[in-house]
Amino acid sequence: MTIETGYNFGYLDENTKRMIRRALLKAVAIPGHQVPFGSREMPLPYGWGTGGIQVTASVIGPQDRLKVIDQGADDTTNAVSIRRFFAKVAGVATTERTSGATIIQTRHRIPEVKLREGQILVYQVPMPEPLFRLEPRVSETRRMHALADYGLMHVRLYEDIARHGHIAISYNYPVMVGGRYLMSPSPIPAFDNPKMHRMPALQLFGAGREKRIYAVPPYTSVQSLDFEDHPFQPIRANAACALCGARDSYLDEVVTDDKGGRMFVCSDTDYCNTRQAAREAAE
Amino acid sequence: MSELTPGFADPVLGAQSCFRAILEAMSRPGRLQRVAGIDQPPAPLGVAAAATMLTLADADTPVWTDAGRAAEDWLRFHAGCPLVASPAEAAFLLATGRMPALATLAQGSEEEPHRSATLIVEVRTLAETVGWKLTGPGIETEHRLQVAGLPADFLRQWAANRRGFPRGVDVVLTAGPWLAALPRTTRIEEA
Amino acid sequence: MAYVAVKGGERAIDAAHAWLAEARRGDATLPELSLEQIEQQLGLAVDRVMAEGACYDRGLAALAVKQARGDLIEAAFLLRAYRTTLPRFGASLPMDTGAMRLRRRISATYKDLPGGQVLGPTFDYTHRLLDFALAAGGTPPPAPQATPDGEATPRVTGILAQEGLMAPEAPSETEPPDLTREPLSFPAERPLRLQALARGDEGFLLAMGYSTQRGYGNAHPFVGEIRMGEVAVEIAPPELGFPIEIGEITVTECQMVNQFAGSKTEPPQFTRGYGLVFGHGERKAMAMSLVDRALRARELGEEVDAPAQSEEFVLYHCDNVEATGFVEHLKLPHYVDFQSELEKVREMRATVFREAAE
Repeated sequence: MTIETGYNFGYLDENTKRMIRRALLKAVAIPGHQVPFGSREMPLPYGWGTGGIQVTASVIGPQDRLKVIDQGADDTTNAVSIRRFFAKVAGVATTERTSGATIIQTRHRIPEVKLREGQILVYQVPMPEPLFRLEPRVSETRRMHALADYGLMHVRLYEDIARHGHIAISYNYPVMVGGRYLMSPSPIPAFDNPKMHRMPALQLFGAGREKRIYAVPPYTSVQSLDFEDHPFQPIRANAACALCGARDSYLDEVVTDDKGGRMFVCSDTDYCNTRQAAREAAE
Repeated sequence: MSELTPGFADPVLGAQSCFRAILEAMSRPGRLQRVAGIDQPPAPLGVAAAATMLTLADADTPVWTDAGRAAEDWLRFHAGCPLVASPAEAAFLLATGRMPALATLAQGSEEEPHRSATLIVEVRTLAETVGWKLTGPGIETEHRLQVAGLPADFLRQWAANRRGFPRGVDVVLTAGPWLAALPRTTRIEEA
Repeated sequence: MAYVAVKGGERAIDAAHAWLAEARRGDATLPELSLEQIEQQLGLAVDRVMAEGACYDRGLAALAVKQARGDLIEAAFLLRAYRTTLPRFGASLPMDTGAMRLRRRISATYKDLPGGQVLGPTFDYTHRLLDFALAAGGTPPPAPQATPDGEATPRVTGILAQEGLMAPEAPSETEPPDLTREPLSFPAERPLRLQALARGDEGFLLAMGYSTQRGYGNAHPFVGEIRMGEVAVEIAPPELGFPIEIGEITVTECQMVNQFAGSKTEPPQFTRGYGLVFGHGERKAMAMSLVDRALRARELGEEVDAPAQSEEFVLYHCDNVEATGFVEHLKLPHYVDFQSELEKVREMRATVFREAAE
């Protein structure tokens, strides 16, 4: 079945989809473990979400409704570009409503609204290896995962505390999945980490350039690394959204002039719009 | 070859919808999924087992099966998969009679636990409100699953399979158009 | 309000694409470049794009160069993205570069050799003076012609091998791995390494090869031979049972000869570094052969301490389509993470100032 352009449904050929689908199933069966896959060259550059796109292309069907966000927003340029790509090569319906989507492809955020069963969250991942800053050699990190030897990461966090009094990681904050695998949550703000824990939706992660797929099944334990006397603390700006008044959402800081003026608004545009609409309806 | 029945009525969308059923099954162990898209699977395969094979197997995946000549011809033609005689060499195993022991199948290594076999077993019946109590990733509190047609020592084999984590075999149970999955993480208690 | 201006991505993208098309065409009163002109007159750009795009098609490479406005990495990316959608009909038989129809053949290790040296169309002995006559255009006078003497042109490495001085390369019937289907894994054997290098970025390989000459890695290279010309491509369809020629391609091959002091199992001898690229790509073929030899350190029992000897370092970083994507993705919005960093740094500064005040 072809939609426009002469390419297969979902752009990828069926052999490639099968290969990715097999990798996805193993990823779900081994939560947090990075499964290598034969990532293809996509018509978008590496770093622009080729991993997430390949995962979405292997999962998506005509019944789906796709939402794509970048930085929490549906109308950032890269989100628009990816949404258009799927509208063109898969002819699927797209939506900006979190609650109405069956597949949400994201870069750098988890939506504020609690996701539910029947939804799939696809993360675009630049560096799947949580240990890469501490050990760049893939052959070494693979061995560490095999032995569940994560001492390096604990030492790094401990050194942060000794030096700064805090763990100095604010995004891409490492997590333990199912008590076994250390995993990169992708560069989401640490604020979003707790949403991953026992999420009812399926979470899939695609790293195209690094050629890795991993997953967190629904209702699976995802714990941000911390110490008893230095518990994990999600951070957000201590302010309310200037548009919808939310005090529970992650905020973008917008500089309004060159005299130090700034305002804070929700990063999740659908969350913010929904709240504004509800407020208007109530008035 | 002239008696070969067709594969998916729509190969692209049939495989997509079957994959979603398997993905959902693997993500929510024990929940039943219904599969369609193949009108006449070769005996003794049910729709779900046949569709699962066409969705996942191809020239890159050695397949072992005990399903007999008609099913073998059908798989070779529609999936193009190489058939192997030794269960240990297979990426996918399709059992319709007595399933091969889990411990004899590819388990993957500590570094590459994903290089392990997936076993598809056609069983007599599947039901999801009674039977075993399943817990683990993918399950909020507990799922129930009743299976008729597995070897008597399956739960003992399964417990050993779980102990090998992250190595281990993943299982897809099929009965006619229905399927349920048991990823290696699932704990099973007898009811 | 500024906040709104950042949004509206859809219209911005359409406008940017229209502007790009206009900029690509340049001054519309000037004649437009044809693909034939690019193919004929910017041939080395086309060759490089075919090599790094890993697809031998001069016409498509010329189109990619035109579409990319002469940005050769962008052009290689366009060609790769096209290549990945093509069905595979089969694999060619190993090419016999010994039977190459030579346009260029030089050896630095022998003054003369059977078949002779052929200088060919090279920049080597041109004086790099800007040629203002070329600016004015015109057709050059025809180059002198000669009839090939038909003498065989054996490879230099073969001559050394006759004396037992060249470490033999064991032929293998094993199917070589394919990094476009299976992700890299380590240790990577030589067929996989050569595949990665053949697709790799010329600039990266040049720098890596250069580093081996400057002491980062133990290299004593001599150009045994560089040859460039046309080679037949053959396939053997199973239903035919015999090979048929499907065409010929231009390639550049470099065999770099390196001294090897010997090991517990091997006597002192020469070893080779190998480079082969699509088209006329001499710089890349030479750099590739230096890096190939450096990457053989592990299997030859040499010490592995230089960047060019590290398989992971070279193979993970030589692909310019991967590299450019990841470097350039930094220009995508990162403000959510930056916001986290802002809050974190503010919090850490507050802690420092509080402690200082106490």
